[in-house]
Amino acid sequence: MFRKINLIAAACATFVAMQASAQVTDNVVKIGVLTDMAGVTADITGKGSLVAAQMAVQEFGSTVLGKPIQVISGDHQHKTDLGASIARQWYDTDKVDVIVDIPNSAIALAVQGIAKQAKKLVMYSGAGTTALTNEQCSPYGFHWTYDTYAMAHGTASAVVKAGGKSWFLLASDYAFGAQLAKDTSEVVVAEGGKILGTVKHPLNLADFSSLLLQAQSSGANVIGIANAGNDTINAIKQAGEFGITQKGQNLAAMILMINDVHSLGLPAAQGTYLTTASYWDMNAKTRTWSKAFMEKTGAMPSMLQAGVYGSVLHYLKAVKAAGTDDADKVAAAMRAMPINDAFTENAVIRADGRVLRDMYLAKVKTPSASKYAWDYFEIVRKIPAADSVIPLSASKCPLVAKK
Amino acid sequence: MTDSSSVKSPWLVSTAVTVVCIAGLVLAPFFLYPILLAKLLCFALFACAFNLLIGYVGLLSFGHAAFFGIAAYSTAHALKEWGLSAEFGLLFAVLVSAVIGFFMGLLAIRRQGIYFSMITLALAQLVYFFCLQAPFTHGEDGIQNVPRGLWFGFIDLNNLTALYYVVATLCVLGYLVIWRVVNSPFGNILKAIRENEPRAISLGYRVQRYKLGAFVISASLAGLAGGLKALVFQLATLNDVSWSLSGEVVLMTLLGGIGTLFGPVVGASLIISLESMLAGSEFPLQVILGLIFVVCVLSFSRGIVGEASRIIKRKKSVLHSLR
Repeated sequence: MFRKINLIAAACATFVAMQASAQVTDNVVKIGVLTDMAGVTADITGKGSLVAAQMAVQEFGSTVLGKPIQVISGDHQHKTDLGASIARQWYDTDKVDVIVDIPNSAIALAVQGIAKQAKKLVMYSGAGTTALTNEQCSPYGFHWTYDTYAMAHGTASAVVKAGGKSWFLLASDYAFGAQLAKDTSEVVVAEGGKILGTVKHPLNLADFSSLLLQAQSSGANVIGIANAGNDTINAIKQAGEFGITQKGQNLAAMILMINDVHSLGLPAAQGTYLTTASYWDMNAKTRTWSKAFMEKTGAMPSMLQAGVYGSVLHYLKAVKAAGTDDADKVAAAMRAMPINDAFTENAVIRADGRVLRDMYLAKVKTPSASKYAWDYFEIVRKIPAADSVIPLSASKCPLVAKK
Repeated sequence: MTDSSSVKSPWLVSTAVTVVCIAGLVLAPFFLYPILLAKLLCFALFACAFNLLIGYVGLLSFGHAAFFGIAAYSTAHALKEWGLSAEFGLLFAVLVSAVIGFFMGLLAIRRQGIYFSMITLALAQLVYFFCLQAPFTHGEDGIQNVPRGLWFGFIDLNNLTALYYVVATLCVLGYLVIWRVVNSPFGNILKAIRENEPRAISLGYRVQRYKLGAFVISASLAGLAGGLKALVFQLATLNDVSWSLSGEVVLMTLLGGIGTLFGPVVGASLIISLESMLAGSEFPLQVILGLIFVVCVLSFSRGIVGEASRIIKRKKSVLHSLR
């Protein structure tokens, strides 16, 4: 009798699981937005990414080649197994044609492998690991918006050129932070600058005071902040509390999104240098799109969300041009066409899957210079695409023919 | 009518139930997505291994993800870099988690109660930090694209159904190991230690050895679950050694029923299914899990299976007293 209840309970659990695998017919172009809806990257991707994808579909027209376009979303919660199983299920059972966003490098790499096996497309806007276009490159994966190399090189070289010759680096103590720090040092030294010191901190450090004081006492022109997310926000906030920028030193953040600046507030973030792939206030096209985005989400788009919009739009154009949603043909069409959307002008996709786009060095405005809501960035200069990507000759991607 | 006949021949019912369960396991991949099922089974085994410690020895370990994760990394590394076949990779993973379990247990069992839990947490964080920094784990990228290869040289594990059956067989074997440990003299002594350790000592049992033995068995089985998971998903990442996974397995076991054999399976199935179902919807999964946890702890603290079996036993005893 006791065992029977076990069986019923197990059957209920199984019934619950059954709901997860509903079959869908394949007369539809299905786009899956795999993102983080409630975690640390929810503001810079999350629901905004889903809205961006929907806006792209709307802009294109809701059908392509006579088939309807469907956008679904999944929350990977930064759990690799969950992200990988959602991706597998989407490709294998739910007939999803392309997955976009993925703001987590481990999950992105996992989906790269899954997409290769399933022979379907994936376009990364949220992930930043350079492994996606080097060791783990794939003919089905497109690295759309940014990578750690671009952020480090973009900010570092542009800031050194603008006069920041001596640097002190604050890096988070894991592979990502170490990579950012390494890339930054290389660029600074190559451009004739000097690294006065580097200090590493554990992830999710709450108190940056000792590190910031070290940075301050080093007398460096620029304090490079080679970390991401909450760590960047905390470091910048506490630097503001110490009055570091008021005393003449500049902060250069390797990864800083407009949403981060919004939560920091201009008094704390003012004067920080950063690299971005796009900014909502760059020109009339970006302004129109971003205002429509703001009405739906309540915030201006981050460069990652703008990237999701761009990737989905380009994909749909390629499906129309290729006349099919077969992955190989659409990939070829995507590579053949230049990328043009509200935020991008004539970008191209390289052999290793990397989108070559112009980046922008920006500086956070002072509170007095900011005239209206979300008027946070001043675009200092454009960083041409060639300067912000690893040259093909140095690429570790097996798809790239070695000359 | 059925009640009295099942009271007379309980073994008939339990055999029937076992047959139905096995039939369910065999037929499941034809109705449900095999990867999801394999994931369910891995986490069910993980939860059962955890439950061995807390349910039957009374030791709450906050660091079980260390064994799960280090085994996942070991399997992934062995299969990818050393080219071992899956069965040896898993064997290696179980050995690694047994060894780590041995050393962790050696330190942790010297204390009881909350101190034991905190020591396991601290040691698990050491393992996490090691995995974070060691070059072979590739940090946050994790070990990706682990080849599945052939099982015993002839079963192609890239066929999802074949993979599911191999995983199911191993998980059932793991479950049987736990069942055998619990229903044995060794298991009885473990329960005695849980109930009253000083009495067990006074009876002459070397309780530290028994506790260490149970710890190592639990760690090895958690390692088997981790290795299988790396095989199923073809990756091993920092999530697998993180504290949040240790917390999740506690939740799974609590929901299912601490101290029941089948409880953790139900708890794990429920949580993994919910995760899968709600991933594509607007509902905040963490909030829902939290609510379920609160409801479970407040209203049925014995877990789903625990409460269910209590109700059955009460019905049985009422029937008995009426006869």
